[in-house]
Amino acid sequence: AACIDPPDAEKEKTGILALQIKESRVPHSELIIALLSNAVAQFKKYKCPRMKSHLMVQMGEEYYHAKDYTKALKLLDYVMCDYRTERWWALLTAILTTALRCAYLMASVKDYIIYCMELLGRASTLKEEQKLRIENNLTKVLMNEVPEAELECDPSSASAAKSLWNDRMALAGSNEFTIEVQDYIPFIQCKAKFQSPSFHVDQPIQLKVFLKADGPNPVSFSKLAVSLSNQEYNQWCVIESSGQNTMSLVPGKTKCYSFSFVAKTEDVGKKIEMTGIELLLGSDRGRCVFLTWRGAGGDIASTHEALLASRSSRRWGRNINTNQEQEWDTITIQHSTMIISRVPRISVQLSHLPPALNNEMYCLNVTIRTQEEGVARDFKLTAGLKPGQDANLSQTTHVTLDGSTICDDTAASLIPDIPLGDLNPNEKLDKSVFVRCSTTGPRVFFCKCHKDETVTIETVIPFDVSVKFVSTKLEPLERVSIDIPFLLMTDVLSSSPWPIMLASSSLELISLTTVLETGEGASECFCLCCPPLTNNNNAVATGQYCISWRRQSSPSDSPLIQTTVTLPHILLESVPLYIHADLPSFGRVRESLPVRYHIENRTSLVQEVEMAVEPSDAFMFSGLKQVRLRILPGSEHQVLYNFYPLMAGYQTLPQLGINLPRCPSTTTQSLRRFLPQRIFVKPQGRQLDDASITAA
Amino acid sequence: MAVCIAVIAKENYPLYIRSVPTQNELKFHYTVHTSLDVVEEKISAVGKSIGDQRELYLGLLYPTEDYKVYGYVTNSKVKFVIVVDSSNTSLRDNEIRSMFRKLHNSFTDVMCNPFHNPGDQIQSRTFDGIVSGMMVQTA
Repeated sequence: AACIDPPDAEKEKTGILALQIKESRVPHSELIIALLSNAVAQFKKYKCPRMKSHLMVQMGEEYYHAKDYTKALKLLDYVMCDYRTERWWALLTAILTTALRCAYLMASVKDYIIYCMELLGRASTLKEEQKLRIENNLTKVLMNEVPEAELECDPSSASAAKSLWNDRMALAGSNEFTIEVQDYIPFIQCKAKFQSPSFHVDQPIQLKVFLKADGPNPVSFSKLAVSLSNQEYNQWCVIESSGQNTMSLVPGKTKCYSFSFVAKTEDVGKKIEMTGIELLLGSDRGRCVFLTWRGAGGDIASTHEALLASRSSRRWGRNINTNQEQEWDTITIQHSTMIISRVPRISVQLSHLPPALNNEMYCLNVTIRTQEEGVARDFKLTAGLKPGQDANLSQTTHVTLDGSTICDDTAASLIPDIPLGDLNPNEKLDKSVFVRCSTTGPRVFFCKCHKDETVTIETVIPFDVSVKFVSTKLEPLERVSIDIPFLLMTDVLSSSPWPIMLASSSLELISLTTVLETGEGASECFCLCCPPLTNNNNAVATGQYCISWRRQSSPSDSPLIQTTVTLPHILLESVPLYIHADLPSFGRVRESLPVRYHIENRTSLVQEVEMAVEPSDAFMFSGLKQVRLRILPGSEHQVLYNFYPLMAGYQTLPQLGINLPRCPSTTTQSLRRFLPQRIFVKPQGRQLDDASITAA
Repeated sequence: MAVCIAVIAKENYPLYIRSVPTQNELKFHYTVHTSLDVVEEKISAVGKSIGDQRELYLGLLYPTEDYKVYGYVTNSKVKFVIVVDSSNTSLRDNEIRSMFRKLHNSFTDVMCNPFHNPGDQIQSRTFDGIVSGMMVQTA
């Protein structure tokens, strides 16, 4: 019958209780896990990695509640990596706590130790007292004792775990554990470095290992070993505690262990790398836990910390800080070092006399001395222009070993690997290298024989050649008249700091004739004559002036250098009348001075020449005072005068006034330039007789 | 009035997290952490439209049963996350925006401090004060 009785409060309560009891028998965990699994798949599909991680944590916790510790640990372990890399320490700590519980309840010793170490480390957000409790438990496990139960474990599971732990203690065989810690954030940090990125083979290699503990209490360990790529060196990189003497790390303080060893000669040119570092916690009496780092140390979080430290403003005050202890975060890992051959005990010296002169075979003397104790074999010398300079320099610099001839432009600017043979102890070796530079300026040379010697040599022009054209009276000429002799004067001015010996000079002329050499040394004077050319009134190329020379101080067998100077162009002109005079070089008072004038008609027409002699105070003369001549084309007429000097000294000769009625453009002035203006007149000579000498 | 305020570095680790002390702190950490998924998606989506002025305020990231999560990202990819109670319906969008602006200004001041290294945890009392002013006050 339907009841409209008021609800019985008692019955309701029991009813609810009955439902609850029934509900507690339903395996909720499986349902929850299945749902979570679906959710994980969903978030994975829609690319929400963090949501997925969070759900996996929840799944792990659910497995824990369902007492399936293996699966729980598997999930939690997997998910921990994400939180470690993302640096969410609070979340990591929570997950580690759950994982530690699982490990305890399973009595999985290795996992238990790993989670303890992380919970004691710098990433853990646990409070001091919690860390102390964990540290206590870890110490117990290391001494092969049973740890205390984790908090919040239900009593029945805890007692089951205790018996499992007792079993573990009895299993003496599996008391050694090796844990690779670089993927975690353990409570002991390790960084190692070679003191230098390279070492010479005769220097001992220095290696330092830095350790730091982050737990609440000091940690003691019994062995530290570094393994290297060449395992023969491993024996030198071990430190073990013997008996009572244990090594320990004080929390927060950096401890440094140094190792050194000598490299083998076979390893020259090779890299030595640290392959791993091992630290032994515990001892033979209890459990041995080997903490290993791959490479030269560091863990998941150390790279980021090192980056922050390098940006840190705390570095600025470091120079003031004379404290020996280096700040942990600023220690950088140097995991490999190069072995290089030792510095040879030889000396390389260059002797030379700079500056070099342009185009000469400049000699560089290389002297190699050995101070080695044994015989030094197979020396090789590389000498020449140092690479890396201007490209033009390498094309204008030529190096050769043969100094007896001038090297041509095909010679290279650097000679590598000149074999020099062997050197016995305390011997020396000399080698000469010759360099020819065809442009001026500084150049850097180097000689390398395992040791480099570098020298900068300046190249300068040895001499300056200036050329001028002058008339036979040594007056400067702008234009040269055809078929009329003129002079080419060369001036060689030395601009070299060294004495230069000029061996010879020669003139290579184009279409000029009759070379007369009038001098040697710094100046030369050539008397030249230019024949009529088809194209008059143009600038004509004259030719080249070649000088061969060498340094005065060079040995006599060294070659001569040819230097060529191009002579300037000359402008030609033609003159209708050429007049020149034959007269002695000096006159004497009251002695007759004959003068013969030659008048040449250089035109193709008959020329009438009106000549008049202008009187001069210094001379009396006999001859035609005024004359009119007719000269046939191409022929010469001579007029003879006898001058009688009256005064001594440089006297002006009587000048000729010349007029060519048929060539009005030609003036007296233009013709007079071929004639001498003055002559030196010596005073009257004394008679040599005894009377005048006795009187004087 | 927020129940949790967080500043996240561009590498996605927390520079500052503060939540109302009565609640389960861990839960807020997870909420903020998982909201980064949505933030990342929003930033990468905006980046595809070149030339658009990038909006700093990201708006409501996702609502849960109990909370609403809002996000904001700066030009240097530093993220701000504010979590408010769902029951707090009086809080409008404008107010959230102004909270973010205040946070951003205070954060800039922290960065300007020459003794603060970028990447370190924020330990400024002034910043704490600003955040306190925005959180739900508990008796």
